Amino acid sequence: MPSLPDVAQADTADLAREAAAHGQGLHALSPGANQAAFFEVLLQIGDTTLILGHRDSEWCGHSPTLEEDIALANMALDLIGQTQLWLGLAAEVEGKGRTADDLAYLRDAWDFRNLLLVERPNGDFGHTLMRHFLFDIYHLALLQALATSSDRRVAEIAAKACKEVAYHVERTSNLIVRLGDGNDESHRRMQAALDALWPYVGEMFMADEKDEAVAAAGIAPNPASLRAAWETTVRNVLAAATLTIPESKFAHKGGKRGIHTEHLGYILADMQFLQRAYPGASW
Amino acid sequence: MSREWPLWEVFIRGQHGLSHRHVGSLHAADAEMAVLHARDVYTRRNEGVSIWVVRSSDIAASSPSNKGPLFDPANTKIYRHPTFYEIPEEVGHM
Repeated sequence: MPSLPDVAQADTADLAREAAAHGQGLHALSPGANQAAFFEVLLQIGDTTLILGHRDSEWCGHSPTLEEDIALANMALDLIGQTQLWLGLAAEVEGKGRTADDLAYLRDAWDFRNLLLVERPNGDFGHTLMRHFLFDIYHLALLQALATSSDRRVAEIAAKACKEVAYHVERTSNLIVRLGDGNDESHRRMQAALDALWPYVGEMFMADEKDEAVAAAGIAPNPASLRAAWETTVRNVLAAATLTIPESKFAHKGGKRGIHTEHLGYILADMQFLQRAYPGASW
Repeated sequence: MSREWPLWEVFIRGQHGLSHRHVGSLHAADAEMAVLHARDVYTRRNEGVSIWVVRSSDIAASSPSNKGPLFDPANTKIYRHPTFYEIPEEVGHM
């Protein structure tokens, strides 16, 4: 296991070591079922970064300022880079000879496992930033936990991605406060974005039997365990931004099981067109 | 008040550089945002280990029209270049 970053939480590291010490490595249990669960969880992560990276890239050339345009393109590239690693590992775990590109470009919507949050349309610039912020806080916590994974490959990818995402958190948190606590117009738009996106945050923390199997093997955290710290950070930033968190606890779900909104189809049509029309095309 | 963000000058210390060098300028609402923008705009290819930003309006500059009096007199004072001194052999390469 690589040296743990400073940000790693001691308790998750202990849990991972404990799991490893008790021989609960994934391969020790029923290998077939657990490999399938491992594959699914890798798709959840890789598909989510892929779709959000694509959404970010849609802003290229359209952002309100040149500086923000470059910043969003940088984040898109960070996320697509992470996707290559996650989907590459997913393909390896699946063991059917597929590549990261095959998974990204040659699957249909029902095979995607991304969170519904990241396939939401971009809306205005504030809306895009709010979606990013709500995801970034979760993403960093997830990666910090994955950096202590009992699977060395997972831990290494997560440690690399942590640095990129720590910057995303700094950037989006900063902008959420500026715009939320800005003028009447920016405040109104940020509050509208928060109200619209809040029903999509719950899915990040939902765990099914696949998540639990992978968590039990010490490979990934149980998503539910990330919620408390996420809420604390998000509430602090939103309070500084003078924004009000909606009361409703309702949460849309389905993305992690391949049940998506119509928006994903449009994203895939755009993203996959070239490989579908000209199979194997490269540059 | 202007609706445009003010202009900032960006200085980056390179990996092996000795001092910060001016690399360009950008727009930002304040210093904190200017540093973040500088990171995104000017350090994408691993250029730097440190960033300085300063409001362009805070830089005092010499006037181009004053160029003659400021710089021309140095042209004729070649003795200010240390090229007339003989260096003893034993000193070696300086």
